Parts: sequence; C-alpha cells; structure tokens
Amino acid sequence: MNPFLRLFETPWIWSWLASFIVWFLTIMVTLGASTIGVSQAALTFAAFSVIVGLGQMFVITLGPGNIDLSVPATMTFAGTVALKLMNVENGMILPGLLVTIAIGLVVGLCNYSLIKALRIPPIIATLSMSFIVQSAAIWTNRGLRIKPPSALADFTTSNTLGAPNVAIVALLISILAWFLLEKTIYGRWISAIGQSMPAARMAGIPVDGARLATYLFCAVLASVAGYLLACFSGGAALNMGSEYLLMSIAVVVIGGTAVAGGDSNVPGIWGASLFMFLVVSMLNTYGLGAGIRLIMTGLIIISVIMLAGGRRASIR
Amino acid sequence: MDGIQKAVIAVDGAKVSFGAVKALDGVTLRVMPGECVGLVGHNGAGKSTIVSVINGGLTPQAGSVASDDERLERYGINAARARGVRCVFQELSLCPNLSIVENTRIMHRDLGGFGWRTRAQKIIEQSLDTVFPGHSIGSSRAVGDLSIAERQMVEIAMAFSDAGIAPRLVILDEPTSSLDASLARQMLDHVRRFVAAGGSVIFISHILHEILETSDRIIVMKDGRVVAERPAHGFDHHGLVEAMGTVAKEGTGQRLSREQAAAPPILSHQAEGLSFKAHEGEIIGLAGLAGHGQTELLLALHAAQSGNWRPERDPLVTFVAGDRRLNGVFELWSILRNFSIASLGDLSRRGLILAKEEETKGADWKRRIEIRTPDLHNRILSLSGGNQQKVLFARALATRAPIVLMDDPMRGVDVGTKQEVYKIIREEAARGRTFVWYSTEMDEVRLCDRVYVFREGRIMDELAADAVNETNIITASFSGVPA
Repeated sequence: MNPFLRLFETPWIWSWLASFIVWFLTIMVTLGASTIGVSQAALTFAAFSVIVGLGQMFVITLGPGNIDLSVPATMTFAGTVALKLMNVENGMILPGLLVTIAIGLVVGLCNYSLIKALRIPPIIATLSMSFIVQSAAIWTNRGLRIKPPSALADFTTSNTLGAPNVAIVALLISILAWFLLEKTIYGRWISAIGQSMPAARMAGIPVDGARLATYLFCAVLASVAGYLLACFSGGAALNMGSEYLLMSIAVVVIGGTAVAGGDSNVPGIWGASLFMFLVVSMLNTYGLGAGIRLIMTGLIIISVIMLAGGRRASIR
Repeated sequence: MDGIQKAVIAVDGAKVSFGAVKALDGVTLRVMPGECVGLVGHNGAGKSTIVSVINGGLTPQAGSVASDDERLERYGINAARARGVRCVFQELSLCPNLSIVENTRIMHRDLGGFGWRTRAQKIIEQSLDTVFPGHSIGSSRAVGDLSIAERQMVEIAMAFSDAGIAPRLVILDEPTSSLDASLARQMLDHVRRFVAAGGSVIFISHILHEILETSDRIIVMKDGRVVAERPAHGFDHHGLVEAMGTVAKEGTGQRLSREQAAAPPILSHQAEGLSFKAHEGEIIGLAGLAGHGQTELLLALHAAQSGNWRPERDPLVTFVAGDRRLNGVFELWSILRNFSIASLGDLSRRGLILAKEEETKGADWKRRIEIRTPDLHNRILSLSGGNQQKVLFARALATRAPIVLMDDPMRGVDVGTKQEVYKIIREEAARGRTFVWYSTEMDEVRLCDRVYVFREGRIMDELAADAVNETNIITASFSGVPA
C-alpha cells in the first residue's frame, strides 16, 4: 500500500481535511487577502480547545462512561484565583502558574475520590464537582475583573515568528501528550483500560493508579487553559469556561478518538480544534444569520463525524 | 419400551454441535407418562443441551422430537409449552422487579383479561400450598425481595401450576441446589405425588442420593451420549459414579506423577473448606463441577497479590484468562501489544517503552509457542481462537511471575494447540514455575501433580500423586449433602 493511501486510514485525517477545506473557502471570500489574519486567529483560538481537548481525550480513552464535565468550572476557578493572586504584578507570574497547577491537582483528586470512594459514575461525579468549583470561583471573584500582569498579557496576545504564542504552548503540550500516549507504559495502560477494564486488571495493570493520574492530568490541563485564557482575554470572567464544555468533547470526537475508549490520537485534536473555529468564522464571513449559522454548524459537525465513523466501521 | 402408553416426549438420535464441539452426539431418550427420569453426568456431558432440545429452545441438527407418537416438525418453545412441557432452570428466570402474581401472569399467557390478578393469585397460591405446605410466602411480594431459596420455591411452584394447560412434563434442572434439606424433601415428595398422578418429570441433580431415591429410571450421559440407562434400583451410588466416568479409557497420556510436597511453599490461601497451598514447581489442578468456586479462588489469589494503585515491581502472580472476550484480549490492539502488556515493566526504562526489545521478545515467543501469523503487528482479532489463546499464554509466561493462574484456558481450543501448551506448561513447571490450573476437562486435571476438588464454593478434597484419577475426582465432586 502506498504511503498516500495509508494516510487515509489514519483516524485524524478527516478532521484535517475538513478544516483545510473550510479554511480555503473562508480565505477565498476575500480572494486571499485575509489568509494571514484568519490563520493566526484560528491558531490562537484553537490553542485553548487543544489544551482542554487533550485532557478530555485522555479521560475518554479510559473507556465508556469516563468523562470530565468539570473542565469549564476548573478553567474559570483557576483563571480567577491566579489573576487575583498575581494582582497585576509581573513578579507573581510563576507563583500564579504554580497555584493554577495546584488547583488542577486538587480538582482532579476530588473528582477521582468521588468516583472511586463513593462509586459515583464519572459523569455525575465531575458534574457535581463542577458546581462546587464554580461556586468557589464566584465566591473568590465577587464581580471584580482583575487585569493580568502586563508581561503575561503581552505574551498571550503576541506572535513569535508569525505563530501565536498560545499556539506554541499548545503545540508543546501536544508533543508531551503524544509522547505519553505513544511511548510510555502509562499510555499503554490507559489504552488497555479503555478496551477492557477486567482484562487490564488481570494483566497486572494498576488500574486505579492509572485512572487517577488521568483525571489529574485532565484537570491540570483545564486549569492551565483557564490561566492562559484569562490572561489572553484581559481578565477572568465567570462564564469564560462555559463554551469549553461542549468544545472539549467535540474536538475529541471529531478528531477521530474512539468514544468507546482505548484508541486515541493527538493530531486529530488539532484538526478538530481548527475546524471548530473555522466553521464558525466561515459562516460569519458569508454573512449568514445567527439561526442558519447554528444549524449549519451542527450539520457540518455531524457530517464530519459520519465520514470518520464510516471509515472506522469499514476497517473492522 | 413402547408399551401401550405413548411417550410424552421422545427424542430420537438428536445431534447438536456448536462449532467443533459436539454437545449431543445422537441422543435417544423417551419419557413415558407417570415416570420420573433421573439425568446425571459430569461437566459438559450434554445434560443442559438435551433439556434445551426437549423444551424447544434448541433445534437439533439431526434427529427428531416426537410427542404422543406424533413427529413434531416445527417444534419450538411455544409448541413445547402448549404440550405441557415446563422447565425449572438452574439460573433463576423470574423477573425480580415484578411480584409473584405478576410473574405468574407472564408464565401463563392465557391468564389475561379482566380480573387476571385474582385468578393468577389463586393459581400460584394453590400450587405453592401443594408443593411446599406450610410455606410463608405472600404472593404479592416482589420477587427481588425474596431470598434465593424462596425464589427457587416460587419457580418450582410456577412450573407445577395449572392455568388452562396442565403440566405434563416438568424438567427440574438442579432444583434443590438452593433449598435446605426439609424443603428439598417437600419438593421430592411432590415430585412423587405428581408422577403417581400420571405426570412426568426429568430430574437433574448432582446430589446422587436424591436421584437414586426419586427416579424410576436413570440416564447417565457422557460426552454428548447416553452411556447407561437402567431402572433406578439397578444403580447404587458407586455404580452411578462409575458409569459417569468409565467411558474415557484410563491412561490416555501417561501421568508423570511428581511429588512436590518437599519443595518450598510459595503461596497459601485460606479459602472455605480445606486451605489452599502451593509449592514451587507444582502444577495444581482445581477440579469439581463447573462454577463451584474455582474461578473465585483464582480471582482472590490474583487480587491478593496485585496492586491497584501502584505497579508491582516483581509481580508474584500472572493470569491466563479462559473467557478471552471478557478478561483476556484487547481487541483494538495488535498481537505484539497484546503479548507485551503484562511484561512492560521489563521492556522499559523509566516508564519509556523500549520498542526494539519489545519486538525481539515478541518474535522470540512467536517462535517458541508457534503463533501462526505472518506479522505480529496484525490485529489480535485476525487470529483464530486457539492462536489468541496462545498469545495469552505467551503474555503470562513472558513475565517473571513465579506463579501462573489459569482459569480454564483451553475452552474452545483445538487438540493440537492443547498438546503444544501442555508441553510448555510441563517444561516451565520443571524450571520451577508454579501453575494453578482450573479446568473442566478431566484429561487436563489428570496432568496435575495435585488436585483440589471444589463443591459449593469450598474445597472438599485434596488428591495427590496417584490418587489423581477420574473416579476419585467424580466421587469427590458428587459427595456431600448441600447445606
């Protein structure tokens, strides 16, 4: 089989193909004049989806029923607390980041404690956890909008060699995730757990340890994304995470990760994140009304999932 | 045998096979009105299959089913019920969320219409009072709230109840397994009354004295065939045990009896009944009837020795699954990944997988155990069942764990593969590995150095060296009275 055809068997190719087509249709409206602007905007906004999507992907890899719905609340809480702690001082950037990571670890630990100790299904456990976290965010925030430290605000909104800085951060995290998934024992473990938990247990895999690590990883990525997003948008808002609930799950599915678990891939997250932003901006560029735009977005997402799903079924 | 009476059910030359496994190999069996037929046999003898044929759940690939001298071409569950064939299953079959009365309505389809509750209540209460006089089960209770014994009682009463179509043949598949002695007595008395009134019963039980005193005629099955059929007074306890076992020739595969009791002990476990002990280099068999606690012991041994939170650096036990689909293969993965998952600790440095060493080890074991595939990177599901099982063996043997737990791993494996695996097991045992082997096949149990025989979740007997033979194992599996 030649390499080109083999490319079409990878699960992520469809999200890349779709986002390329949409990108092309968008820049064609302006006959190429907006190429750089659209690309940079797409990379910037995709970066946040990529970071939360990666965490969600690891959790979904754990198998049916595993999902983290506390992502948006964690983002909001981490952003709020970090900005309040840094208090517009550049010297506090590092402590702010550390606190952000600590928040992620605590939320992840609480999530898995609920799942394991109280035997609550992950969907309920993380959802109820998200109410607690969101309330904590409201309590710390109290309607104040604190600006990020100037250095951090500059960093998140500027480019290096034409590429947005946040996209570069997301790329580094993606490489780390890919490495974990493909090259380490941990990656094998979570894939095995996702395919069959009893089989994983009988093969001597520390199932609970691996699952805990995964929920921690997801929550930390969510809080880091919240930290970056708050700095990028000039301050934390209480609803800043809300759109990332659906987004984090959608990019995993569109990216070709098996919803039933056990089989995931990192490149698909990028293709899907770019696609999700570009679809909306394309429909905006074509000047469609809000109602039509939402319907079109839904239809396009469904058709991409069908394409990717059809390919999977035929391979089996 | 035909006589003046017509047989309620006559099965003639029934053959049923599932893939390569012959479950029934030409079984002929007839049940006359007014007799109780006892049916006995060891695991996989075909008892449950012949029951399925009689109650219409299974159509034999060859042979015929006749009732009242009338050959039935289109025989099914509904046809069987219409002729008054009823069945009490080993697995309880009532709906737990419904009340006893409502379950009665489900069993008897023509109970419908206005006021069915009253009628159903009358029918089931009458039947319960007849079979188990003095019981205290309220018919409006939900089945899920009943104890296991009460559920079994309701199920038995349900089978004997009459709503339009009177029961003519009742099949009792191990009905007394969850009843205590006095309830079992009541049920057996009812069986005799039912038979005296002209009904027929097929009675399956592993408690031989029940069979001997209740049946008029006893049929012994083995390997899908009827091997003995005599009036009950022609058998005694000992003769029955012998009839179940003696068909397979003794001495297929010479037993290498090895006394390992002197070797250092490596694992012990206090189960119910006798305690379990394993020595280095020993092959230990777990025998007895299927589902009497062998798998539970293996799972307990595994759970006691493996961590759920942190990886074991030097695992003591490794596990070969029998139910490949449930706790064996990872279906999305390649053969190589399926093989290496249990020994990744040795194939990595600081959590990083060493791809080269993984490949080498995989290729090595592919050669050693002859996994038939052109490429280890093919998906595991591209292999035949037997070869998948070999991969699971290789997975376990490639670890450094000194104890290998095997949960009836030869289910559905062809003869050639079995012989290859037996050889590997013997070689590994000679090198000092310990095997704990649950098997439902007598030939495999006879390969073991020492055998624990299970009954009702406890270890009933321990056989060592030359005492490991079919007669002893069957005697131990059928001995004892239920609690």
